[in-house]
Amino acid sequence: MITLTDVHKSFGAKQILRGVNLTVERGESCVIIGGSGTGKSVMLKCILGLVTPDRGTITVDGEEVTASGDRDAFLARFGMLFQGSALFDSLPVWQNVAFRLLRGSLKRPRHEAREIAIEKLRRVGLSPDVADQFPAELSGGMQKRVGLARAIAADPEIIFFDEPTTGLDPIMAGVINELIREIVVEMGATALTITHDMTSVRAIADKVAMLHGGKIRWHGPVAQLDVAEDPYLTQFITGSAHGPIETVR
Amino acid sequence: MSTTRAANPILHLLARLGAAVLGTFAAVGRLTLFTLSTFRHILTPPFYSREFFHALMNVGYLSLPVVGLTALFTGGALALQIYAGGARFSAEQVVPQIVALGVVRELGPVMVGLMMAARVTSSIAAEIATMKVTEQIDALVTLSTNPMKYLAAPRVLAGLLTVPFLVAVGDTVGVFGGWFVSIKSLDFNSATYLKNTIDFLEMPDIVSSLVKGAAFGVIATLMGCYFGMNSGRGAQGVGQATKSSVVAAAVLILAANFLLTQAFFAA
Repeated sequence: MITLTDVHKSFGAKQILRGVNLTVERGESCVIIGGSGTGKSVMLKCILGLVTPDRGTITVDGEEVTASGDRDAFLARFGMLFQGSALFDSLPVWQNVAFRLLRGSLKRPRHEAREIAIEKLRRVGLSPDVADQFPAELSGGMQKRVGLARAIAADPEIIFFDEPTTGLDPIMAGVINELIREIVVEMGATALTITHDMTSVRAIADKVAMLHGGKIRWHGPVAQLDVAEDPYLTQFITGSAHGPIETVR
Repeated sequence: MSTTRAANPILHLLARLGAAVLGTFAAVGRLTLFTLSTFRHILTPPFYSREFFHALMNVGYLSLPVVGLTALFTGGALALQIYAGGARFSAEQVVPQIVALGVVRELGPVMVGLMMAARVTSSIAAEIATMKVTEQIDALVTLSTNPMKYLAAPRVLAGLLTVPFLVAVGDTVGVFGGWFVSIKSLDFNSATYLKNTIDFLEMPDIVSSLVKGAAFGVIATLMGCYFGMNSGRGAQGVGQATKSSVVAAAVLILAANFLLTQAFFAA
């Protein structure tokens, strides 16, 4: 279970998070929605410890993320798909996927790591001959799939997806959404996704949280999304230019 | 604010000067901490041998052509200059000795150091800055890999170990360039030229050259890593980081050259 309590974060004079409170239950797929620049990525990075909150606490299964414990073991529980895939250009695809299995506490023999990488590539719909190609040789959709394969390579308990469908055509976006849903259900993992894409929200989410003004504005099951009476949420999901959310930021 | 400026122009100037001084001290502090952290990661496990081997190839082996060519032309030009200058007071015969001394003590290490700043520092800074902008550094962290250990430590260690070899190659090729020009254009006897070169050089000359190489290798790679890791956002951030890294490396190499020359040779 991931719990954020009164999390604040500023960059200089700019306040990004102003007291975020959120709980994501174990095995749940929670999607965070909200406008650009509302701090969704910052929130995700705070949970991973990439950004240190100014105030508040974040716990994963009761353990505080800022506590000085075994960082390697802590991060080994997570997988993350980055917005731009963040694949390592200098490494072939299979070494990107098996990165964690080639070093550190989860290190496996090289041939075994390669076999696992090829299996994970197959799981995301890529053929084994992609394994020896370099990321720059792949299309955007294929890079996303490789990023997804890397995120699940070490069978993590918690997976983060940062804008998983950004920059993809609607069909490829649909394929990625389906893959995410299947993988999360199949692995029983806790998933936290941030997106603007309402199709993704409906395909991936068990629960939805809306971040606005540095706080969680609305939080509830995906089924209640369309019947909720919050004007901010309604404006966001209908994509209306008129409503309480300022359109000029 | 503008009223205060108009009323107290001297105070405003002092405030700006103070801010610049504080900024410089802060930058020196950050760079010092970065350097200490890099050496701590070089000395403590885990060690990434593949990344180290890759860095050895990039910093050392692939720099050989540019180092060789630079040294060859520098040695040749130096021989011509010393011959022409020496002719003013009938001292043309000192060409072998001065070429050897000039190349081994000064021009060899400095030229190699500046070539490292141009070729290696810029490439490291641009690569790491691009990794930062495209979230690859964040990805490393989420994959339980310390970016300092994975990116900075192998590159700086490769600079420390390979640049002295590059300087040795540069010194040899530079002296060869002077010898070639001297026997082809200046009518020197080959055997006498080489004998004078070997007899004149002393061990401290060669040791100082190699020590300078090691120091310049560390500076060149460290600046690339530091500015790459601290790059701003977007293409402009990458460009700025690359430019700053090359300028800082070149200035620090020349400053370090002065200090090392003073340490080795100031009587």
